[in-house]
Formats: sequence, C-alpha cells, structure tokens
Amino acid sequence: MSNIPSDLRYTKSHEWVRREQNGTVAIGISDHAQSALGDLVFVEVPDVGRAVSAGEACAVVESVKAASDVYSPVSGKVIAGNAALAAQPELLNQDPYGAGWLFRVQTNSPADEAALMSAADYANYLADSAK
Amino acid sequence: MAELQAREPLIFELGKSGRRAGTQFPPQVTGSAEIPAHLRRAAPPLLPEVSELQVVRHFTRLSQMNFSIDTHFYPLGSCTMKYNPKACNSFAMLPEFLGRHPLGPEPQGFLACMYELQEMLQEITGMQAVSLTPMAGAQGEFAGVAMIRAYHRSRNDLGRTEIIVPQAAHGTNPATAAMCGCTVKEIACDANGDIDIDALQAAVGPATAAIMLTNPSTLGVFERKITEVARIVHAAGGLLYYDGANLNAILGKVRPGDMGFDVIHMNLHKTFSTPHGGGGPGSGAVGVGARLRPFLPIPIVDKDGARFRWLTERDLPQSIGRLSGFMGNAGVNLRAYIYMRLLGRDGMVRVAEFAALNANYLLKRLQAAGFEAAYPTRRASHEFIITLKRENRLYQVTAMDVAKRLLDYGFHAPTTYFPLLVPECLLIEPTETEAKEDLDRFCEAMIAIRREMEQEPEKLSSAPHTMPVRRLDDVRAAKQLDLSWKPAA
Amino acid sequence: MAFIPHTPDDVAGMLEVVGVQSIDALFDEIPRELRAGVLDLPPAMCEMEVGRLLAERAASDGRPLNFIGAGAYEHHIPAPVWAITTRGEFYSAYTPYQAEASQGTLQLIYEYQSMICALTGMEVSNASMYDGASALAEACLMAVRANRAASSRRILLPRTVNPTYAQVAKSIAGQQGIVFETVDFDRSKGRTLLESLQPYAGQDINALVVQQPNFFGNLEEADQLTEWAHQHKILLIAVVNPIAMALLSPPGQWGSAVGGNLGADIVCGEGQALGVPLAAGGPYFGFMATRMQFVRQMPGRIVGRTVDAEGRPGFSLTLQAREQHIRRSKATSNICTNQGLMVTAATIYMSLLGGEGLSRVAAACLQRTADLVARLCAISGVKPAFTAARFHEAVLLLDRPVAPVLAALARRGIFGGLDLTERYPELGHALLVCATETKLDADINAYAAALGDIMQSSRAAA
Repeated sequence: MSNIPSDLRYTKSHEWVRREQNGTVAIGISDHAQSALGDLVFVEVPDVGRAVSAGEACAVVESVKAASDVYSPVSGKVIAGNAALAAQPELLNQDPYGAGWLFRVQTNSPADEAALMSAADYANYLADSAK
Repeated sequence: MAELQAREPLIFELGKSGRRAGTQFPPQVTGSAEIPAHLRRAAPPLLPEVSELQVVRHFTRLSQMNFSIDTHFYPLGSCTMKYNPKACNSFAMLPEFLGRHPLGPEPQGFLACMYELQEMLQEITGMQAVSLTPMAGAQGEFAGVAMIRAYHRSRNDLGRTEIIVPQAAHGTNPATAAMCGCTVKEIACDANGDIDIDALQAAVGPATAAIMLTNPSTLGVFERKITEVARIVHAAGGLLYYDGANLNAILGKVRPGDMGFDVIHMNLHKTFSTPHGGGGPGSGAVGVGARLRPFLPIPIVDKDGARFRWLTERDLPQSIGRLSGFMGNAGVNLRAYIYMRLLGRDGMVRVAEFAALNANYLLKRLQAAGFEAAYPTRRASHEFIITLKRENRLYQVTAMDVAKRLLDYGFHAPTTYFPLLVPECLLIEPTETEAKEDLDRFCEAMIAIRREMEQEPEKLSSAPHTMPVRRLDDVRAAKQLDLSWKPAA
Repeated sequence: MAFIPHTPDDVAGMLEVVGVQSIDALFDEIPRELRAGVLDLPPAMCEMEVGRLLAERAASDGRPLNFIGAGAYEHHIPAPVWAITTRGEFYSAYTPYQAEASQGTLQLIYEYQSMICALTGMEVSNASMYDGASALAEACLMAVRANRAASSRRILLPRTVNPTYAQVAKSIAGQQGIVFETVDFDRSKGRTLLESLQPYAGQDINALVVQQPNFFGNLEEADQLTEWAHQHKILLIAVVNPIAMALLSPPGQWGSAVGGNLGADIVCGEGQALGVPLAAGGPYFGFMATRMQFVRQMPGRIVGRTVDAEGRPGFSLTLQAREQHIRRSKATSNICTNQGLMVTAATIYMSLLGGEGLSRVAAACLQRTADLVARLCAISGVKPAFTAARFHEAVLLLDRPVAPVLAALARRGIFGGLDLTERYPELGHALLVCATETKLDADINAYAAALGDIMQSSRAAA
C-alpha cells in the first residue's frame, strides 16, 4: 500500500505537487512511482531559470530496470533543483515527499494546479490501474 | 579479511613493462616517412604488455567462464539458441572469402552465394524481394519502418505517422518508430493472447502508417486472427510489418507474405543459426512485397545473364539508402547461406516441426510438475511462457531467483521479465536441435527448484552459488560507474 | 535431417506426453488456408557436398594482391586471434544478460572498453556499434541529444569524411530531421581549411565532424578545427582510424586545454583494422567513446565493473535503462546488439600487439604507402593529387580514365585502388591507393611494374 500524503496534489504520471509560499510549488514523484522504478541510480533535474510548460518533460529518473521522464505539472520557471540527488539518488527512494523532492517552480498558472488530482482521487486512480 | 579475488585478473594486470609478443610485430621498415611533429602522438597508447602465451591463456580462461550453446542447454526465449554448425564457420572462413576487399571487382563466387540466399529467403517468407544489408534485427526494423514511410510519402500520404504496436511488443519496436519520426499507438490483446480486434478497428485511421507484429506473438502463441488483422489495416490504408524474431516457429509452415505482410525483417542470427558471438554480429535481412520493392536499402545482388552485380543508388533511385559502410554483415550472410544449403527444403520444414514438438513437450512436462503456463489453453509455438506469480505470492520467490538457481543446475536461464505483460515470467524456447534427454534433465532441475521453493527458498534468493561470481550488484554498477581500467596513479 | 537429434521413439514418446497424434497437430491453431505448400528450395546437401560447392566458389574469387583501403584495411591477423575467438564458449554464447554465467564475455568487453579509451584518449567507451558508418550516424544523433547550447539539428560534414559514411548518416539520422551542411576541402592541400568553416561562426550549429586521417588519407589540422568548434559551442565528433591512433595525436588530446574543454566530444570509427578480416565487407564493428559527462547519451551496451554479494569483483551490463528508452524531446536510437565476436577478436589483437606493436604496424603502413606513392609516381602519367601530410593512403592523379587501368590491373591479379571519379569528379582521374604493413617490396614492385606496363602500352587520353 503506497503512501499518499493528503496535503499534496497528484498527476496521472505520478508526480506530486506541494504548494509553497509566493506562488512557488515543489515537485517530486510519488511513493508508488519510486517503488515501481526500484533503486534509483541516476536523477537529472532541470537547470535553474529554465522555463517549463505543464506536461513538458523536464527531469529524468533512472533505475536499473527503467528510465522515466518526469513531467512538470505546472507552467512557470524553475527556481531550484535538488542537487543532493546527484550524489545520492537513493534519497528519492527513501523519502520521496521530503528529501527526495526534484525541483521547484515559480508558477504563473493557477489553472494548472486546479487540474491536478487530490490524494483521494490519486489513490482511486492507482487502485483502478492495478485491476 | 582477505579481499576476494576475481577468478582471472585483467589483461592489463598481467603485463610487465617491456614484455611483448614480438613475433606478431611486422618487420622494421627503413625510410624517411614521418608524421609532422605537431600531429604526432606523445607516447604510445597504454595497451597491455604481455607475452603471446599470456594472451592465449587469459582469453581461453575467460571463455571457460561463459555458458554457451556449445556447452549448455540455453532455452533463452525469443533468441533461438540452436546449434551453430561448425561447417558454417569453416566454409565462410575460406581464405578467398576472408581476404576479399569489398570495393574491388564484384566477387562472382561470393555473390552467387548472396544471390541464392536472397532467393531462398524470398521463397521461405513468401516475399518478392530481399535486401541483406541491415546489420541486425534493430536495423532491419529501422529499414522496414523507413520503407513504409517512404511508400506513404511517395503517394503524398503525408499524414500517416502512427505505428500500431501490440502492448507485448519488444522494446525496439517503439524505439524504431521514434527513430523514423513516427509515434506509437499501443493496442491490447485479449485473455487468450490474440489481438483485440475491436481495439484494432478503433485504432486504425488516416494516420495509420502500419502495424508492427510478430507472429507467433511475443506471448508465444499464434495470432489466429491474422487474416482479419491484415484486412482491417490494409482497408485503412496502412501496411503490415512482420517482426521476424519468432520465424523459427513457422519456418516452412506459414509464409509471412501469405499472411498479408508487406515487409518482414529476419534475424539471421536466430532462425538461420549464425553465431550469437557474445552479443553479435547479427544480420537483419529485410523482405518486401511488390509495393515496397523500390525502397529497399542498398546494395542488393542482381543477376545479369551469368554475371552477378550489386544494385546501387543508380538502379534504385527511391531506395531508403545505405545503412552500412559496405554491404552489411557479409560473413554472417554467408554462414546463413551455408546453413540453408545444409538443411535444404526438407530440413527447413523440419525446423518448425521439431521446435514446436520440443516446446510443447517441455510445456506439458512443466505443467505436470505444477508450473503455471501464462496461456494454458493455447499450443506453444516454438516457445511458451511460465508465470511464477503464484509462487511469488506463496514463497516470495521471483523469476530472477529461479533463473539464477538454474545456473547452478548447469542450464542457462530462460528469458526473464519479457514480455512485461506477464508477471514473474520465464519465456522458454528449447529450439529443435535439443535432444529429449536434455529437455528431461531441464525438467528435473525445475522440479528440484520447485521443491527448494517450498523448503529452502533462501537457496534461490541467494543463487547462484557455483558460478565464478555470486549475484552481482547492478545498482552499484550503475551508481558507481567503473567503465574502464585505469593504471594505478 | 540436419541437426535434429530425435529418433522415432523419441517422437512417439513426446507426442504421447503432449497428447496429440502427430507433429502436424501442433500446428492446428494455424488456419488451414495459410499453410504453405511445397517450397521451391534446393534439396539438402551433406557437409561434404556443401564444402565442395563453397570451395569452388572461393577458388573462382581467387586471392588478388590488394591495394585498396577506403575504409577497410588489410592487416596481418595473428593466429591466436581467431583460434580463440571461434572457441564455442565465445562463438555460441549470447548477450551477457545473465551476468554470472557470462563473466568471460563481460570481462573481455570491459578490457575492450579500456583499450578503446587508451587508443582514443577518451574517458569512456561503449561495447561497440555495428560498423564505422552507422557509428557516425549514431554519434550525430548523440550530439543532438547532448548539446545543450544548440537547439538546431544542423551538423557540419566536411567532404573529406568518407562519402559512404555521409550517405549512411543521412539515411539514418536524416529520418529524425538532422540536416547535414557540406563543407568543402582545399583542392591543393586535400584537407579542410578553417576558412571553409567561418561562414558558420555564430550560427546555431550542433556539431562538426572531423575524420582523421581523412578519406583521402591526408591529415587534418585536428587541433585547429577542434578549437574553432569549441569556441563556437559546437561539439566535435572525431572519426578516426584505430591503427593510425598509435602514431597520431588521439582525439582526447585535440584542441586546447583552455576553458577546460580539451579533446573531441564524441569519437567513433571503424574497428575492422584491429584483427577483423576484410571478408567482402563485413561483419566489422564500430567503436564509440566520449566524455564521462555524456555517458548517458551514448547509445549501445556498456559493461561496468562492480562487486558480487560477497564483495568479489565482477562485471555486468550497466546503464541499460538508457537503451531503447524513448526521450520525447530529442533524438533516439534503437540499437540493441553490439558486434560481440568482432570485439572479441579486436581485444585479443590489441593485447597481442600492445602499444609498441601497434606503433610498429602503423609505422610500417606509413612507410609502405610512402614507398608505393614514390614508385608509382615515378611512372609517366601518374602524380600525387595533394600536398598535405598523409598516413597510409594517397590520392594519385592519372593522365587517363582510371577504370580501364584498374580493369587491366585486375586482369593481372592486382586490385590497384579505388576509382574516385564518381565520388569526387572535380579531382579528375583520381585513384585512392593504400599500402599496409602486409605489402612487401616484391608486392610494391609488382604493382609498379604492372602499372608501368599498362600506362606505356596505351596512349594517354586527352
């Protein structure tokens, strides 16, 4: 049973979004996603200053079995990338919602966030997909 | 604690400064030819400094650490690990063939073999023309999709950029589609392993370039509705591409051309027994129907009266072009030719018959031993899938564990975790060259492993125990990249 | 029946277990109307008969004296190379997916990767590509993936790069919208000048390809070209001859260390010269190497050293998730196999020759070609085309069409070289010749005598 914190919002491609101050959001991938990937060996986060659009691939997570694109759930500008993941990709496996955050975006489109799933909706989505 | 040693040191570690295999050096030449100083290398490259005996011993010992068809039963599904006849190698390595430069006048003896190979491959696949140029299955696929694109473009049908692919397809299929600027549309199969016809009907349309299929499918079963599939795709204006990875199952029994396929790539290193070589070289010859003939990759062998010659850009102006520096893997193609001459018509028909007999026999025996087939109501083609999902639930044993434990019993493992659709699966392909006793021995090993699952599962999870190395740390290999030897500072 | 071990008893027993009456019943899922009829294939032959047939065909091809290079080179292949490579444990093993059962192949590939790094001066090599031409195509796709400073898909391709490689690069990389800009060469020097690149300065260009030695056998000013590329944020793709690497500055050292950007960015080339026979064109193998920072963009298999569950060193395929992983935004590769058998041969070859032996081979090639050029140019009607320094090939200009001259040489059992007339019509009657360490004085004399004879016995064309 994967962990799905109720204060976050989620996408169908298993990203989570945490609203922070001043129009900033933090983004990562869910517990379900990290578990499916297995031990991560490499993580690439977008450069600071890069403009991203909702749905655009902008990060990569790679395990021994699979490499996956991570899509920005919102449009805006990247203001931070988690540099610790370069040397310790396992942080993402250990703490996907905390120390394993991927990048932060200064977002300018509240409509993107409204379109995201609640924790309950994401849990149902996972349950449906497993059938 | 003393550090555990590798069984064989690196060749670099065997060297000593000043040691050399002097007989292999060419005679010293006198003369004034020189590389200009500013382009010269400062010091010779850091390669091993060893004697000839050290080289021979080192690489012989390395070879002894490998499993191979020559030494072990190797039921690697979808890879067709059949006996690689020694004659194919000896005759292909005749000095006249080996010493021939590709850019000299056309070698008539060699080209006669290539021409006849083209003809035989056409006949056995039911296609109109063949190119031997692609150097591997993936290049054959690339050629196939590129030809399909070229065909649609030539008819000004520019919107056809979608390739339909079954969910269970091999990873190269979608990658190839992307390499040719196409997108992929996946469709599901039903519970019996056949393509979902309704899903297919909904998926085709004016954007459909082609469907890429293997038949028998990657699930190890024959696509029973293939005629219907062909009708639907052709009616929508798309073409049919046949991934020949499983040709061994139907060789001589069914011809892809007769099933409605417009283009096929063959894996000569599977079906036609050219050597697997530790991972290549392969050869991905492509066959086409009349529609795609003008687009074949060059060069192709043609017969002009009694003379053989290469067809090039001038002869095929609409060709998708060249895929290799010369004419593809000539020596591999020659080995396939020799194999086909040894088998002949009757021998080739026997291939699928005995591949199917061996696969179905093994399937029945494993089922009797308590293993679960993924598609229990279907005949095995030349291979079949066992799923260990129940064993995983009961004993926490994985397909990986069973594969590693089989190594201890002296068998190379079957293919694991492909196709991805089936959880904890083993894809088992015995091939036609295995004797009944070897199949029985394999079953005995699986039965013993089953007992271990129930009684000593840690023997499986920590397997293998008897190989030169224990289970390797893949995560560390990817995180702490050590990809080449460096001399100690 | 070839290679089928089953006796009638075996078959009967197996059919009973399966629960069918005949083998034919195993195909009952296949619709009857799809079943093939009798195939029009020749009957089976025993090994002895096939041996006779192949021997006759080989004899008809004969063993001419070869002076052609142009991307495939005749070198002495030490006896141990193929004696060991054709051992069943190497020949009939598959891709090392079960690493514990393939440590021989995996360790060999790791040693190979190390040797390619040593030869090219680069940080990391893959386990090989299909051949040099397709390796260049893959290098171009990789440059587009890796170059963050460029968003275009334009690559500068000098005409001194092997023209067949250019064709293959276009066939493969062209499918993903990569555009190749042709850069001309200097007619008298026979190499690429900086002036020809200048028009592209400041434009959005992804990469520059430099072949060393170039297709004409001439030496490019690699440092200069690399510095220019890096100044303009263009990646440098080097295409090199592995034997030449024993004597020439390797691509890992090209350019200048200023800006921390020493060396080419991606290196590729044809590895056939390292212990692989000419064999009418294949199988060969391509090598590819790059900087560590680009390792995840490099296609093909890679072997890494790791440890096992008891801490013992071992080898496995690594970074496999990159393979066949489709990155939407940039360029993709679908490569699955490498050229395992040829890599085995090359690794044994490089181990036997070592750095010193390879230098000796290269030095002999350099001198033999110089000798050949001197002898041939002493014949009236033959002169060198270019003034640039060269390695082991040279372009000669004849005073008459090349094709009839080559045909006359072939009738005397000599393959004199490659006719360049179609590939480079502006050069005139141009012939690309090559002499490796395999050519002894007697061979060069034979060629010179034959050519002298042929040139004298017909009038020069206008």
